[in-house]
Amino acid sequence: MIDDDFVNALLHERDFLSIKHREDCLTLNCSPDSLVDFCKHLRDEQTFDLLMDLTAVDHGEEAKDRFSVVLHFYSLVHKSYIRIHVLCPDSQSPSIPSVSSVFPAANWHERETFDMFGIEFSEHPNLKRILMWDDYPYFPLRKEFPLAGIEVPLPAADVAEVTGADVDPAPMMGGPFVASGNSRMSEAEPRAKDESWTEESEKPL
Amino acid sequence: MSTTVKEIQIGDVGAQAASHANNERMSLNVGPSHPTTHGVLRLLMELDGDLITRCEPVLGYLHRGDEKIAENMTYNQFVPYTDRLDYLAPLANNVAYAITVEKLAGLNLPERCEAIRVLVCEMARISSHLLGMGVFGMDAGAWTPFMYTFTEREKLYTLFEELTGARFTTSYTRIGGVARDLPDGWLPKVEKFVDELPKAIDEVEKLLTRNRIFLDRTEGIGTISKDDAIAYGLTGPNLRASGVDLDLRKDKPYSGYEKYEFDVPIGTKGDCYDRYLVRIEEVRQSILIVKQVIASMPSGLWYAEDAKKIFAPPKEKVMTNMEELIQNFMIVTEGPQVPSGEIYFEAENPKGALGFYLVSKGGGVPYRLKIRAPSFCNLSILEKLVPGHMLSDITVILGSLDFVMGECDR
Repeated sequence: MIDDDFVNALLHERDFLSIKHREDCLTLNCSPDSLVDFCKHLRDEQTFDLLMDLTAVDHGEEAKDRFSVVLHFYSLVHKSYIRIHVLCPDSQSPSIPSVSSVFPAANWHERETFDMFGIEFSEHPNLKRILMWDDYPYFPLRKEFPLAGIEVPLPAADVAEVTGADVDPAPMMGGPFVASGNSRMSEAEPRAKDESWTEESEKPL
Repeated sequence: MSTTVKEIQIGDVGAQAASHANNERMSLNVGPSHPTTHGVLRLLMELDGDLITRCEPVLGYLHRGDEKIAENMTYNQFVPYTDRLDYLAPLANNVAYAITVEKLAGLNLPERCEAIRVLVCEMARISSHLLGMGVFGMDAGAWTPFMYTFTEREKLYTLFEELTGARFTTSYTRIGGVARDLPDGWLPKVEKFVDELPKAIDEVEKLLTRNRIFLDRTEGIGTISKDDAIAYGLTGPNLRASGVDLDLRKDKPYSGYEKYEFDVPIGTKGDCYDRYLVRIEEVRQSILIVKQVIASMPSGLWYAEDAKKIFAPPKEKVMTNMEELIQNFMIVTEGPQVPSGEIYFEAENPKGALGFYLVSKGGGVPYRLKIRAPSFCNLSILEKLVPGHMLSDITVILGSLDFVMGECDR
């Protein structure tokens, strides 16, 4: 059971932890330097051996500590969750230690968090983008990133190498399959079937 | 005409191949569009003959930025996006999302609403597992069971259509309730369906469960140990097949699951065959739950009536009463009003634990919504699981993990 005794024992002689009052589950603040050791303790001594989720929250550009990483653990014995907040010390180039050596499940979660927020996880075995492509220059879940996205060249370096041609991204407006808005809709609509020729007027070669 | 005989030297082909065994590796790319990958998963593999030595999954081909989209719309507007996570069980996603927001808002729902939600969740589970099992059989070379399961799934979709107006993109829940009450005469149809379903499951079992070829292809293949399953954060049938007793419907009951009796099937070996057996049994247990829900369906309202700032009032009142018109206007324009705070909720979905981590700063729009997709976590074990298997085992392993890329890539 997660009761006051459990929490007090957990907090005892661990001054890098502080408690946050949340209704749904036990929530702790942890300093980044002690995170890996504390995760090991949670897994080995406290039976919180399922890392359910690892993500980050961007508190906005003007916030003092901009990014916090949030981890959720589940214990099969206690049948409850525990949440850990880790504030990233540097808002410009945020970085915290990776827990993927303790929880292999963290590997992909940390890659995703890096991909979306640009938070570095030091000592991660393979920290590269996972949902966006490798050369993508932005971090889409940061608050300053616009919902509509920013147009970037598509990653077709391999195609360009073979064909010798530049590969342009598909236009977001005014392309062949997008109605332009200037003309009548019936004319602007793309037609799969070419109906300009019949038996009388043959198809132009 | 005389015949000349010419002798040619072939040599020991086996020895030749063996001498290359240690230094020749082939890299093979499977996907992103390949029938094996059930969507747009791409696997970069390194082969030594037929043996896989390395496997790197590449994701993101179906990434639509759902989490960014969620930060830019009201809570109710995001419900249709949850359909498109695990698009084989949209109703279960709708329910999981709605419960997350309701928990943060501290809402208590009427019993009928909870019962309806349990009912649709279990129907979604049946439909997802029917497809999962059928496709798994197909991956292992058995075409026929797929026809049986697909026929049954079609009947379910007809029922979904009658309930929600859509076969796939159901968008059935609203924050604080469901979109509409059960239609008249719908429950007897569901009952008739679940009465007939066990016969179809038996037929599928006759085709697969003791099928020699199916057994040869799945037994002892893709074995996930208990420790590995936990370490990689697997959930759902994939975790239970490895012998871990975790079912959130039992362990952290939500939406009144504690009222219904059902068993949680657990595997022993954690191989592809066990995962199949667990899914078969889960369908049978879901049938039991559906029957119990129908037998005890409470009467009353299907939405939280007192949640004036969250659930829009009935349409006929909006058209005639000033008070309700204002309520409706506020909910539609500003969104359901949810207090600030954070919440993490996981629901036991057909594919595993679908989690939502919601941070709210008050108002009708989430500040941050993280979707913890079970397929994403279940696939992360591939890097460890696949090496050491033959190339032909890939289809079976992927089929047995029963993932959906819409949810994995979000």
